[in-house]
Amino acid sequence: MKDKIFKILLLSASCLILLLTAGVIYALISQSISAFSEFGFFGFISSGEWDSQNDVYGALPFITGTLMTAVLALLFCIPFSLSVALFNGEYFRGRKIATVVSSVVDLLAGIPSIVFGLWGFYVLRPVLIDMGVNAQGFGVLLASIVLAIMIIAYASSLSTEFISMVPNELKEGAYSLGATNLEVIRSVSLPTAWSGIFASYILALGRALGETMAVTMLIGNTNNIPQSLADTGNTMASLIANQFGEASGLKLSSLMALGLLLFLITAAINFVAKNVMKFVSR
Amino acid sequence: MINNNMARDYLLQLKNVSVSYVRGKYAVDKVDADIKANTVTAIMGPSGCGKSTLLRAINRMHDLYPEIETTGEILLKGENIFHMNPMKVRRLAGMVFQRPNPFPTMSIYDNVIAGYKLNGIPLTKKEKDEIVESSLRSVALWDEVKDSMTKKGTFLSGGQQQRLCIARAIALKPEVLLMDEPTSALDPISTNRIEELILELKEHYTIVIVTHNMSQAARISDNSMFMYLGELVEYDSTRQMFTKPKDKRTEEYLTGVFG
Amino acid sequence: MTKKIHTKTEYRKAKDKLFFGIVCLFSALTMIPLFLIIWELLKRGYKQFNLDLFTKIAPTSMDAMFAKMSGDAIPGGILNGLTGTLLMLVLATIMAIPVGILTGIYLAEKPKGKFSSIIRNLSDLLQGIPSIVIGVIVYFWVVKPMYSFSALAGGVALAIMMLPMIIRSTEESVKMLPASLKEAGLALGGSYTTVILRVLLPSAFGGLFTGSLLAVSRVMGETAPLLVTALGASAINWDITQPTSAVPLLIWEFYNDPNLSSLIWATSLLLLLIVLGTNLIAKSISRKWKIQ
Repeated sequence: MKDKIFKILLLSASCLILLLTAGVIYALISQSISAFSEFGFFGFISSGEWDSQNDVYGALPFITGTLMTAVLALLFCIPFSLSVALFNGEYFRGRKIATVVSSVVDLLAGIPSIVFGLWGFYVLRPVLIDMGVNAQGFGVLLASIVLAIMIIAYASSLSTEFISMVPNELKEGAYSLGATNLEVIRSVSLPTAWSGIFASYILALGRALGETMAVTMLIGNTNNIPQSLADTGNTMASLIANQFGEASGLKLSSLMALGLLLFLITAAINFVAKNVMKFVSR
Repeated sequence: MINNNMARDYLLQLKNVSVSYVRGKYAVDKVDADIKANTVTAIMGPSGCGKSTLLRAINRMHDLYPEIETTGEILLKGENIFHMNPMKVRRLAGMVFQRPNPFPTMSIYDNVIAGYKLNGIPLTKKEKDEIVESSLRSVALWDEVKDSMTKKGTFLSGGQQQRLCIARAIALKPEVLLMDEPTSALDPISTNRIEELILELKEHYTIVIVTHNMSQAARISDNSMFMYLGELVEYDSTRQMFTKPKDKRTEEYLTGVFG
Repeated sequence: MTKKIHTKTEYRKAKDKLFFGIVCLFSALTMIPLFLIIWELLKRGYKQFNLDLFTKIAPTSMDAMFAKMSGDAIPGGILNGLTGTLLMLVLATIMAIPVGILTGIYLAEKPKGKFSSIIRNLSDLLQGIPSIVIGVIVYFWVVKPMYSFSALAGGVALAIMMLPMIIRSTEESVKMLPASLKEAGLALGGSYTTVILRVLLPSAFGGLFTGSLLAVSRVMGETAPLLVTALGASAINWDITQPTSAVPLLIWEFYNDPNLSSLIWATSLLLLLIVLGTNLIAKSISRKWKIQ
């Protein structure tokens, strides 16, 4: 009897997860439906206008801003996270110094987004202004640099694991043919761990897409499609954070529609990364 | 002068070779041995006796692990390998491992010429084709795989994979072929084929093979070493050792008292 | 056939060394921002990092302006934020831990089932949702029906973010236990429930505890979801149906109000110390626990 109750308890907790997810999707769809029926799905995502006066809303500037900052952040982070992964997973695998480096990099992931935002605003922004990027320093470039620092830990910790999983016997096989460290990395370690590393970067990209506070503080918050790195803009997440408070009616629904889009994009990205990793571990 | 004379007789000379994983504890303890060209030398002994450790000293594999310390001299054609570039040493001493380890990201074709690729040696398409064909022919794998060159090496059976790995090692034309229990992961039929292959390869290469299988040593080797607790107990012609071992420990091992 | 093998050994070795140097250099560079950030917060925040920070509530913009004009340090602290953060973390923990642990046990007990794989995928899906999106969803679930921003809403949002992490760490720490442990318990005549509650859970406690602690440290600094759920408050509030402040919300307020800006640094320093401190404690516990 007791066992039965306990088993039901276990099952119902799991069902709660099911319900929770259903509730998330229901809330996003039901709240964004009036925006989509007003502008049409493709109309909404392809229009560049976000005008509260005339109650016309389009998502294109924010989709562009989101993709631009996230992809740029990923590009900036690759040389660093790949180095950390090789340092910890190949050159110094299992050594004390690797533990130190990975702990420090992991701590970077623990810093709250808003603290990153402050640091970007007060420390990095003046540097960009001095470098003459633009007059105020705000914009896609500033946001991407800070985002890159924020996602390094995610990208490097997973790819470290995949690189250190490359069997020693394979590497020894290459060494026994007279290869140098670099040649073993290039022709054995990286090709073998490649899909896992790829998945780590996709997950890091997912992180960058959804980051809110730091981006909100750094990107400049303008509703135009950014034309260059120095341009200001908005991401989907930063727009929601900025305008949700005073929104109502169609605007609120449009913000929820942005939320739904963001949800779909991150879900798709996580799905891809997960399947790539499943493929690797087989 | 003496060295040159010796080199004619002995391709490989081990002088006072010791290897330690932990400071002061020797996995291989002061081994001396001279190995003639175009012979098969088997290293036997119970597990943990240091036979693989000794073999891996010959191509400086221990350099990869900074905690391992190797002392003594190993002369390859009269030249001390510890004064040579380790990359060159490894090219001159090809190695075949316990478990077949073809590179999973490369095709069969690319696996055979992997040594050339890794060493950045430029080859024309014709040279590549020649090397691949002759290497695969010498391991008797050519006819089995010539139509599936672009497939990944990992699609082959275990025995075929191991022959591919031997082909990969001999493609670089090494002086010595080091084999670390190359048949321990294979079935009897594949083992048989590899043993036949070793006897054929003897014509062109000098082979040092670690084995825990006494009858294998008896079948294929000209000379045998028996190691126990890091020490080279006995080194003699295989016939001599199997019929009249000099050391009591060798006799006990061969008669199955331990191991 | 007997082509002389010629390799550019010196060149390759130099290239190898150069690459190794680059890897070390970039790895070192990666570590720098952490120290730069901590340094910046220390440098600008230590002056306001005093007892007042912990014992007084946040000043109004007016008070701060007068203090600034007369050249004094800004009065007040962040007590209302600390209590709010505490309140919401407690709420979130109460909601997330039972559900998370039960689900984790379910997944560990039925690792192969179809339903388990669905739940596992959904948990991963929840983990990937950006925090601001969770915030706006909870707004529609809790804030709108109750006609008020509240600590409860903030707690729900944080709980949803903690849940996947707790599920994952429970599942993994239960799975890591040897199968013989459960069998031994059952062989002694224990019921399924007793074996799980008395044998498995205590054995996996280290893993569960660090997993939950890491989850707490991860959501402690969250700002975006609280902006649209808890909103913030200028006084200490213990009523879970009322708007409530939190430490990260105060940082956001200070950031937006030039009069209060000098409080940002001490507050951020405190938040960072708490978050990184919790993080380090959790990891050192998990290391100890793994060695055993």
